[in-house]
Formats: sequence, structure tokens, C-alpha cells
Amino acid sequence: MKKAEQSKVMWNKYKPFIWAAAAVVIYIVIMLLDGFDMLSRHQKSLLIPILVNVILAVSLNLTTGFLGELTLGHAGFMSVGAYAGCLLSLSLDIPEPFRIIICLVFGGLVAAVFGLIIGVPVLRLKGDYLAIVTLAFGEIIRSVIVNLEFTGGAAGLKGIPRSTTFTIAFLCAAITIVVIRNLVYSRQGLAIRSIRDNRIAAESIGMPVSKYKVLAFVIAAFFAGVAGVLYGQNLGHLSPSDFDYNKSIEILVIVVLGGMGSLTGSVISAIVITVLPEVLRGADDYRMLLYAVVLIVMMILNASPKAQEMKANLAARFRRRKPDGVPGGKEE
Amino acid sequence: MALLETKNLGISFGGLRAVDDFNICVENEQLYGLIGPNGAGKTTVFNLLTGVYKPTRGSFFLDGVKLNGKTPSQINQAGIARTFQNIRLFKKLSVLDNVMAGFHNDMQYSLAAGILRLPSYYKQEKVYKEKAMELLKVFDLQNEAEYLAQNLPYGKQRKLEIARALATGPKLLLLDEPAAGMNPHETEELMKTIRFVRDTFHIAILLIEHDMNLVTGICEEVTVLNFGQELAKGKTDVVLNDPKVITAYLGE
Amino acid sequence: MEFISQFINGLNVGSIYALIALGYTMVYGIAKMLNFAHGDIIMVGAYTVYVCLSSANMPAFAAVLIGIVVCSLLGMVIEKIAYKPLRKASPLAVLITAIGVSYFLQSVAQLIFGSREVSFQSIIPLGAVSIGELKISGEAVVTMAVTILIMILLTLFINKTKAGSAMLAVSEDKAAAELMGINVNRTISLTFAIGSGLAAIAGVLYACSYGFIGPYMGSMTGIKAFVAAVLGGIGSIPGAMIGGILLGIIESLSKAYISTRLSDAIVFGVLILVLVLRPSGILGKSRTEKV
Repeated sequence: MKKAEQSKVMWNKYKPFIWAAAAVVIYIVIMLLDGFDMLSRHQKSLLIPILVNVILAVSLNLTTGFLGELTLGHAGFMSVGAYAGCLLSLSLDIPEPFRIIICLVFGGLVAAVFGLIIGVPVLRLKGDYLAIVTLAFGEIIRSVIVNLEFTGGAAGLKGIPRSTTFTIAFLCAAITIVVIRNLVYSRQGLAIRSIRDNRIAAESIGMPVSKYKVLAFVIAAFFAGVAGVLYGQNLGHLSPSDFDYNKSIEILVIVVLGGMGSLTGSVISAIVITVLPEVLRGADDYRMLLYAVVLIVMMILNASPKAQEMKANLAARFRRRKPDGVPGGKEE
Repeated sequence: MALLETKNLGISFGGLRAVDDFNICVENEQLYGLIGPNGAGKTTVFNLLTGVYKPTRGSFFLDGVKLNGKTPSQINQAGIARTFQNIRLFKKLSVLDNVMAGFHNDMQYSLAAGILRLPSYYKQEKVYKEKAMELLKVFDLQNEAEYLAQNLPYGKQRKLEIARALATGPKLLLLDEPAAGMNPHETEELMKTIRFVRDTFHIAILLIEHDMNLVTGICEEVTVLNFGQELAKGKTDVVLNDPKVITAYLGE
Repeated sequence: MEFISQFINGLNVGSIYALIALGYTMVYGIAKMLNFAHGDIIMVGAYTVYVCLSSANMPAFAAVLIGIVVCSLLGMVIEKIAYKPLRKASPLAVLITAIGVSYFLQSVAQLIFGSREVSFQSIIPLGAVSIGELKISGEAVVTMAVTILIMILLTLFINKTKAGSAMLAVSEDKAAAELMGINVNRTISLTFAIGSGLAAIAGVLYACSYGFIGPYMGSMTGIKAFVAAVLGGIGSIPGAMIGGILLGIIESLSKAYISTRLSDAIVFGVLILVLVLRPSGILGKSRTEKV
């Protein structure tokens, strides 16, 4: 066996442990910084939103990056989970962290049920139609929330216990990443990726395509719901306008910037997109413009053979391999 | 009883009878050719037999089991696998993963086992990875296992598609123009591989082909289609010398 | 009487949807893509006319003409820069780019004009028409008349001119059209130009009917017009007309008799029902996928 191959096998074997160790180190460092009061209030206030966006982006990547179906209603699933979990927290009188754990699971499950309701009819559609229908569902959910009494209507839901801690959000993000990564690289995930590459071929080798499309929808919705609960219990209030079309686009921008089908990319990009407008003063005015440019430029670069070649060469140099060799057997 | 049997199978597209009264009998372990001029409806027959199109008339049976109206996925599980004229690989997946995808229904571990990485996950992934590598060896693709399928040269892509179809464990394999775009040397090699596949996996192969060398070289029987209808069928050398068939080909 | 006036209101809004839906349907037919930014072109058209009127004091007719030209050019530029490089890319990539373009137009408008809506003085000189107790605003009359006129002209253009038949050919089979000597690139460009020009007209009519303009005016309107195009059958020009009018009436009646705030939800509910029950729409053809 060649040396390069050997090191690759070793790397694959230990990769999960290296990632786990990195996660623990990051967690401890942030806890220490916090313990010694080295984080400003502003910096601290960004931690949970970053993690919420990580969960949203990683879960959207499952449907958009790995299944290859553009959904523009991810914020809708997030809102369903947020309202379900936060309403439950208002009427649940048990000590923390048990309360938030129950609320997280409940919010996720309710969102998953919505994912199922939306996923089944959506199976008959593809491409542009599917995108528009998910957008439509997101808007319907929002108008219904605005018109209901128990959700607080347009004014929103107030007085939610602020139980989201950094630790809980960090754990949720870690669980989301592990679950989706393991799913994507299992036989079920291979089916999901096969459907993305060629639906007709996937059917021809006996894959139950509909089942896996719905599965991806439901799992993505579940985690969007969890993110919603974390979001609501971090802020202490919810408003239907937090979950509009623009929020769905923001999540899409994170996924596209990080690279569709790349979980590591989604995580990094979630951090960048959440922090950037806060760091650059006045950048908030240009936020939409930035999003627009990211979407257009990323897509044109992806389609350009020259840019692809450059990317392959760069990756090859990075791994010290021939460019026509193995540009990453897996899409991580 | 024949392995594959069709009874007056047919389909119309908006009044046009693309395939009509199609009758074929493919025996176990037979190499059977489906030939005819362009637009004769050969690929449409494949699409009918694999459930991509629903027949408007007639029926077809595999091992006596009626398969009309079944989905492509169910038909594959019943034992028919295919390749496509315009290659349909999972381009962004590795060569190995393309074959692993073919084992999808053989692997049994549950969703939870996959997500929680239970022992059944590791056990089965290992077993089927070895099986996939063996299949790749049959097609001389073992050294490209980690390549992305889209980076393979054309001829190897065709081979990979056959390997993927075989991974589903079919009783009948449908090959749609397997030699298209190959040079004579590659075609020669392909013929050997097709025979080898039939003898090793004990399956029947029904193939569409324009390359007459390949058809006369390996097909025991052929059916000639013209304008969606059967023109002739029987032993390959007899059929190919039939004046009707010669006119159909030269007259186009 | 209330019902009839709501119905006419629906016809008015529906005509605007129909005009925008025409652009969606033409582009979809020819480039096989959902031009998500199409709705925002109406916003650009409305702002162009607004600037011509308020800053340059131009006569209304000239302002509208400039609006049409600006939007047509913009449509062609967008196609050239953003969509053309992606002709061979996946539909997913094209759609994401189109969303990016939509966002781009909105954010540029917001940076130039601010995010607040401004009032728009109607340029239609016609007063309200009274038939018995029923009063129909001049805007509604003109909107409906203009839409019908455009429909007739467009149908004539497509069926009687060489460029029109080139469009039909490209929408049937791009490769075959190219072999027949049709300049596919120019035909696609022309389609974007016409669709965007129509959007400019729709933008002005919208501004006159509602009395305001804003950077986001095209976003929801555009999506609803797409719903109209789907309802009528995407790719079909009479379908866009029927879908637009139908959607306008549904929206107007549900606002009047069900709930103002739920009217959007009802419109989208219609979309989902149509797509699930009859994805090809009222007049659309269903196509079988080639394998």
C-alpha cells in the first residue's frame, strides 16, 4: 500500500475522534473564556444565534445539498417548532434542564409532522415547483400563526422562559451534525445522494425514492424545529415575522456559501454569516446585497469549468495529490 | 416456463402506437438481442419492461409473476435490472458508492443502526464493500474505486453501469446499447465480459445493440423491431439473413 | 352590488397578475427556468417611471416608454450575466441564481430609495366610470383594456412573425431549432426583453391602482403571478391570462368575504391544490420525461 493511501485510511479511521476532540476543545475554550469574563456581552449574545444557524444550515443541507431539492420554507418548519416548543414551556412546570429538553423534542416532533404533511404532496413535484410550494407552505404557516389567538397573533408570543443555555445549544448542534453526517454516510444516505444525482437510475436499482425523499424532509424539519425552540427560549419572545421568506433565504445563503453537500462548510459559513453583519459596522444595510452576491457568484463559479478546475487543483495541492486522482471520494 | 414472457405488450403516445403486440420469450441464462433501425421502439420496450412507462396494452411476466403496473423500483426488486442508452450514473458519487448503491435492498440495517453506528452497520458495510470490490474487479475497475464516477472515461462508465445493475442481483439484465461509443477492441472485450457475466451470475441478458459484430458474436436469439412492431425473430444467423430484415435495415 | 364591485376589483388585480404571468410563462417556455427575479422587474419599472415623472418632469407617456425600455434592457442584461453561464447547470443552480438576482434588485432599490414605500400619483387621466350604482375606477378600466390589448398583440406577434415562430420553435426543442438556423441566443434574449417590458407596464399599472411603490412591491406580487402562470398552465399564453384573472378574483373575493389577513394563505393554498391535483394547470400540456 502506498504511503498516501495509508495515511488516508488512517485519517478516515480517526476522523470522527479528531472531530469529537475538536468539539470538546472548542466547548471548553468558550466556557473558560466565559468563566474568566473575557467575552463581551455582545460576543456572548452571538454564541447561541450562531449555533441556531448551524443547526438550520446543516439540516437544510440534507434536503438541498444531499437530496438536491430546493426548499424555501425552512423558516416555516423552524417557526412551527418554535411555537410548539415555546407554548409547551409556558404550561410545563418542571425544573430545568428537563423542561427545555422536553420542549426541544416536542418542537422537533411537531415540525417533523409538518415535514411529513408537506413532504408527501411535494413528492409529486420537482425542481422549481417544489421550491415554490415549500415557499407557499412557509407563507401559509406564517399567516395562520398571525391569525391564531393562542400564538399571540401578529404581536407575537411573549414571556417565554429563557432557558436556552450555551451548553444546551452546543449539544443540540453537535447532535444535529453527528446525526446528519451518520445518516448521509449510511445506506439510507447513499440512497438520498443517489436520488440527487439521478432519480431514474436510483429507481432502476430498486431504491424506494419516495420514501427517502419524505425521510429527508422529515428529518430536516425535525432539526429546524429544534432550532426554533432554541431560538425562542433564547430571546424570550417570538414574532411571526422572524420566520418569513427572508429567513429561509438566509439559511439557503449559508448552505450555498458553505457548499451544497458539505457539512463542515455549512458550519463555517453559519459562523461567518452570523458574525459578519455584527462585526462590520453599518454592514446591516448591505446584508441583502451580500446575500444576493453570494448566491449569484457561488452558482456561476460552480458552473464554470475553469473555476472547477482551479478548485480541483487547489484541493489536490492541499492534499498533495494529482488533480485527476481522487478529488475527495466523499463530499465532506 | 420462460424467464421473461410478454403477451401482446404495447404502448401508445397520443394515438401513436410506439410499440405494438410485442411478444418475446427469454429463457434462463439466454443471451437475447433486440435489434432494429433507429426509432423502432427498442428503448421503449426496455422502458415498458422496467416500469418507466406503463403499458397501455398486454402484459409481461418474470418467472410467471405478472409485473404490469409495478413501479421501476418494485420491478428491479422482482429481478430485472437495466442500463441506459445515455449513461445514468450517480456522477458525484465514487465508483465504489455507485456499486454499493446497487446493494441498497440487500443491506438490511435500520435507519437507527446507521445513525447510531450500531455493530450491524459496520458489519454489513464491510461485507458489502468487499462484494462491491469483487464486482468492480470483474469489470477491471478496482483501481478506480475511489474516483468520482463522472471522472471515468466513457467506456468504463458503461461498464460501471453494468456492475451497478448486477449488484441488485437480477435474474434478467437489460443492456441498452452497451457497445455504443466503443472501438472494435473494446467491443471485443465487452463481448467477453458479457459472456463471463452470464456464466458467473447465471442470469439472462437481453440487449439492444447496433453493432452487428456484437449481436452475431454473442446473441443466441434475436428479435427485430421495425416501426414498433416485430419484423422477425428466431436464431440470430437465420434472422439476420432474412430478406425482410435486410430491406428494413438497408431501406432506411 | 358589493359582490360585483369586488369582482371587478378582482379583474383589475387579476389583469396585473396576468401581465406579469405572461413574462414568467414565456421565459419558462423558452429557457425552461423559473425567473424568480421577474417580479422585481415590475418594481424597477415602477421606480423608473416614478423618477422620470418626479425628477425629470417628463410627460407620462414618455416616462412609461422609458420604463419599458429600461426593463427590457435590464431583462436582457440579467439573462446574459446571470443565467446564460448556467444553461448547462442543474435547475437547482439556476433557481438559486434567480433568487440571488431577485434579492440583488431589491437590495439595490432599497439602498437607492430607502426601504419605505412612497406614494405614487396615478398617471391615468380617466375618471371613474359609473354604471347605475356601480362605480369602476379609471385605473381598473385602463388596466383591463391594456391587458386585453397586449394579449392580442402578443398572440399576433407569436403566430404571425418570424421572431414569434422562432420562439415557438426554441420552446419545443432548442437543439432542433438551432439546427434549423434559428439564433437561439437571440431568441432567448428577445423573450427576456419582451417579458421584462410587459413587467414594466404591469409595474406602472400596479402603482396607479394601489397608489404606492416600494422596493419589495414586486416580491409577493411576482410569486402570486407565478402562481397564476402555474394555475393557467405554465408555458401557455392564454393560460397566463386565465390564471391571472382567476387568481385576482379568488384573492379579491377571499379578502372581502373570508379574511384580509388570510388571503395570501388562500392564494397559496390554491397553488398547492393545483400542483398536487393537476400539475399541468388548466391549459398546460403534460410532458413525459425522456429516458
